Amino acid sequence: MDDLLLAFFNLDILRQAWPILLNGLIQTILLSLLVVPLGVLMGITLALLSTVRNRWARYPLIAFTDFFRAIPPLVLLIFLYAGLPFAGWEIGAWGAVAIGFMLNTGAYYGEILRAGIESIPAGQLEAARSTGLTRLQTLRHIVLPQAIRNTLPDLTSNTLEVVKLTSIASVVALPELLFQARQAQSVTFNATPIMAAAIAYFILLWPMVRLLSRLENRQLAGRR
Amino acid sequence: MPGAIIEARGVHKHFGALHVLKGVDLSVAEREFVFVIGPSGSGKSTLLRCLNRLEQPSSGSIMVDGTDMLDVKTDINKARQRIGMVFQSFNLYPHMTALGNVSLALRKVLGMPRAAAEARAGAALERVHLGDRAGHFPGQLSGGQQQRVAIARAIALEPRVMLFDEPTSALDPELVGGVLQVMRELRESGMTMVVVSHEMAFARAAADRVVFMADGEILEQGPPADVFGAPSHARTRAFIGQIERH
Repeated sequence: MDDLLLAFFNLDILRQAWPILLNGLIQTILLSLLVVPLGVLMGITLALLSTVRNRWARYPLIAFTDFFRAIPPLVLLIFLYAGLPFAGWEIGAWGAVAIGFMLNTGAYYGEILRAGIESIPAGQLEAARSTGLTRLQTLRHIVLPQAIRNTLPDLTSNTLEVVKLTSIASVVALPELLFQARQAQSVTFNATPIMAAAIAYFILLWPMVRLLSRLENRQLAGRR
Repeated sequence: MPGAIIEARGVHKHFGALHVLKGVDLSVAEREFVFVIGPSGSGKSTLLRCLNRLEQPSSGSIMVDGTDMLDVKTDINKARQRIGMVFQSFNLYPHMTALGNVSLALRKVLGMPRAAAEARAGAALERVHLGDRAGHFPGQLSGGQQQRVAIARAIALEPRVMLFDEPTSALDPELVGGVLQVMRELRESGMTMVVVSHEMAFARAAADRVVFMADGEILEQGPPADVFGAPSHARTRAFIGQIERH
């Protein structure tokens, strides 16, 4: 039992590793604040493009979305970070993470929002157009507010996944929480930093999980 | 027809292989109340939807209030402001209050400031006897009330013409009266109205002219007393007989 405590919950080691772990946590939060808005922005763009009923716009869009949903994000990230330099493009760890996440998570946000947009009954759009609203105004005032509200649980769930996924940035040596924890572990020969990182992730994400449950319950209640 | 506010000529509409409108001519005079009846699938809703170009006719010409609706140079959004439309399924915006539903186009299309738009929207809701429901969301209103909000949404723009596409077909029988009452008042205020509906008693009592459509064509039209009392066409007779038996 004592061995277990010393291996996973060693307070001395935690005291030493604390500053570097805190630094990692801050990096993880900053990273999330970068990649979530980028992904949402990309998603909104893709969803809006999907409303264009032109097949020359449609098929490339479907191909794009399918491609970035099918490619594992870790593979995409390593390609951007370690593959592109062979073509002379050095975009660095932050650049690779920003672009990789934008492409991968943008494709998911885009599909969620597209489903939300398509769920709005056509009659509402006709009513709006019959009062003289333009296509764009109808999208802005009628379609998008409802699409976003109707898909809020899915958007939240996806955001939760995106924040968790930021831990893969550790493979391109971006000093976020997991990377720092592994550094601390290899220096101290002890698993306590990893345990601390796990707890930090939990504390960071648990409120979001609660929020998600409440949104899902509210949506179920709304359907009744 | 001189003085016509709606002038549709030779309107054809194809949906793929389906020929829904087969050269329809329809003129509507200012302040006229025209009732379009006919069996389902006869093309009456499609004709109505062509008038404000919710459907693009395959050929023909449509003039509304001096505007060529089918000219590509026509600003369709501007033209539609003058053509109010009411739908079978109300089509209110569920995320906005009644007042929000009515004032949206006033603000975004006419560019009115919020306060002025809401004042005019409130007045429109008064006209449909829902002044006390301005803050309610569509989900909190009965079907009849929702349809009256939809009428308010259209008349708030002060259109020159109102189109009604089966406005009472989705309503429970006890809610139909309130909607017809509002339409009657609108008619008395001098609004030009084209109504597609199965409310025969209303047509008989209030319409200036009844138009009978079948298979994408106008078979017969005239004052309600003539069309209902002495239909000249066998199909009109059969249709009216069927409806009145119910």
